[in-house]
Amino acid sequence: MAQRRLSVAILVVCLTVLVSAVGQAAATKLTYRIWDVNQQPAMKQIVTEFNKVHPEIEVEIEVTPYRQYWTSLETAAAGKNLPDLFWLNAPNFLLYSTNGMVLPLDKRIAKDKYDMHGYPNSMLDLYSYKGILYGMPKDFDTIGLWYNKELFDSAKVPYPTNNWTWDDLIQAAIKLTDAKKGVWGIAAQLDDQSGFYNTIWQAGGYVISDDRKTSGFADPRTIEGLRFWTDLIHKYKASPTQAQMTDTSPIALFEAGRVAMLSDGAWNAIRFAENDYTKKRVDVVSLPKGKQRGVTIHGLANVIAANTKHPEEAWTFLKFLGSPRAHEIQAATGTVIPAWSEYQHLWVKAHPAFNVQIFIDQVKDSFPYPVSLYTNRWAQLSFDELTRAWAGEVSIEEAAKTLARKMNELLAQE
Amino acid sequence: MRSASDSVPGFRKVLRSRKYQGWLWGYILILPTVLGLGLFYLWPLVQSFYLAFTRWGAFGDYRWCGLQNFERLVSDPKIVDALRNSLVFTGLTVPLSISLATLIAVLLNAKIRGVSFYRVLYFLPVVTMPAAVGIVWRWLFNADYGAINYVLQKVFAIRGPSWLTDPKIALYSLVAVAVWGAIGNNMIIILSGLQNIPTVYYEAADIDGAGVLTKFFRITLPMLSPTLFFVSVTAIIGALQMFELVYMMIGINSPAIRATQTVVYLFYREAFINMNKGYASAIILVLFVIILGLTFIQLRLQRRWVHYD
Repeated sequence: MAQRRLSVAILVVCLTVLVSAVGQAAATKLTYRIWDVNQQPAMKQIVTEFNKVHPEIEVEIEVTPYRQYWTSLETAAAGKNLPDLFWLNAPNFLLYSTNGMVLPLDKRIAKDKYDMHGYPNSMLDLYSYKGILYGMPKDFDTIGLWYNKELFDSAKVPYPTNNWTWDDLIQAAIKLTDAKKGVWGIAAQLDDQSGFYNTIWQAGGYVISDDRKTSGFADPRTIEGLRFWTDLIHKYKASPTQAQMTDTSPIALFEAGRVAMLSDGAWNAIRFAENDYTKKRVDVVSLPKGKQRGVTIHGLANVIAANTKHPEEAWTFLKFLGSPRAHEIQAATGTVIPAWSEYQHLWVKAHPAFNVQIFIDQVKDSFPYPVSLYTNRWAQLSFDELTRAWAGEVSIEEAAKTLARKMNELLAQE
Repeated sequence: MRSASDSVPGFRKVLRSRKYQGWLWGYILILPTVLGLGLFYLWPLVQSFYLAFTRWGAFGDYRWCGLQNFERLVSDPKIVDALRNSLVFTGLTVPLSISLATLIAVLLNAKIRGVSFYRVLYFLPVVTMPAAVGIVWRWLFNADYGAINYVLQKVFAIRGPSWLTDPKIALYSLVAVAVWGAIGNNMIIILSGLQNIPTVYYEAADIDGAGVLTKFFRITLPMLSPTLFFVSVTAIIGALQMFELVYMMIGINSPAIRATQTVVYLFYREAFINMNKGYASAIILVLFVIILGLTFIQLRLQRRWVHYD
């Protein structure tokens, strides 16, 4: 008898717990996945302000480091378990949109008469497929030449200007390199968006043809753009070697005062502004001119997963993410350059120590980030092949031509 | 008149018997582990074999493609690199870690002061997270700013090499870290094997006037051979599957990547970076066959050198 009463008591307790758990679930919980931990504070602020208007929708921000972001997202997508909202970038846009992994936004924008006037057409085009918009533009970035004023001062080299040419950069880098002190003029990092794509545009070359079927790496002008970096390493000896830059990342070298210049993105402004060493010592100018000016432009979008269980709530949050207020937060905190053009000046204001206006000024000389359906395959391939030229194992012509051949094979399969 | 329960003699009796209850409970208790094993080990194993014959598109879309993956495998230079790296890595790590572990186990079998402390010390690397191990060793090995080259420069005035980025020596640096990590694990098992050797043999040897080395090679090693056999089989299987050291310590764009990427690392690249899960499954199937073959050979050789009493 006592046993029976005990069993009933346990059953009642379990049911109570169950019912209360169900009761809790009345508040909708959304997951929002991002990859940049430097942007997390701004995203958190956006969520807090969103919750003032919509307390019934909880948003959990998940940060997955970039290195694992796409592999874990792809696994989630295959398992129909994507986060409700996430960041999407240009190289992966076609993959996700053509495979129906993200929600189209056109009908919802029209139905809610959502204000899109602050978005430049180039951003809207970047995240549209067959005329339908799939992503809410979030930010854009270009590349600049970050430099260390203190190292320039000790080597008595005049600071870079926005009118520098390739030659000016090379000469300065040679003068700034001091092997005894372990200081180099520039880190010739093996990076596409921050590094060689820009010199490829500046040399008049291209990465992929407009119809996305042929590789541009065998073009002699492209090879000139690549040679700019390998010469800095091997001919002018003004950069750390590929081995050294693998041991210690170029940005770590820059933040430790070991390299005087670094070609890198606008997104680093907030990082350099918070780093004790760099915040007083660095500044930035436009990239130098080769045969012409050229800068890679790119921007992220916020998207809703197609298989989300809460499309209405996710759209409500996306509307806030795309609202002028959210862009204002992104800009005023100095986090990124917002896609909403009216608030871009706020980002510049948030970084009084650096001449970050150049990032916005260079938009007129910019070229879009090269993409195709399976961008990551040939992007990784480009690193595989070019690292051999960076390491001095083969000439840059040979590496580039092998890369072009293999990239064309991959593109033919798309 | 026979009733239904009579025609199956004592069926209910069997159900209530002690013996049946015994093995019924046995099955119930192992059910969770067996389910887990089946779900997370055996089923993926079977799936991998099947997937080796498929070709993948994006997001889990795959179709049968017969032997295409294996044709591609045969002519892929990366596979040859990876196989060579895995075999060299195994060939160095296993003998080194087992012999060092045996030596240390023998030393720690003695009744010296603080022996428990030393045992803990040697076992610590085994319970340290691989990610932490990778990060710390990567910093130690850093050619320009790492502790190892710093000591070499300051104390011995030698300019240390690029431990992790020089293709000629990167693999050996990984072997060093792997041996460091594996000693503890092997040591514990060998230690228990040592403690199972009856002291009678040593006493008899002492009476006959045997020296330390003779005792080691004539008594310890033969009596230890079953344990050593177990350790060598598991160590080889483990070493051939090494992935985390390459992933954590050698960057994918490192000049040393071709000289260090192992078969499982190649599997990771193909499956998750190039999104070719079919080709990756074919690679892993080849590794499975190789490990199976090596284990079979070891089992056969067992008769030659393992003493069971």
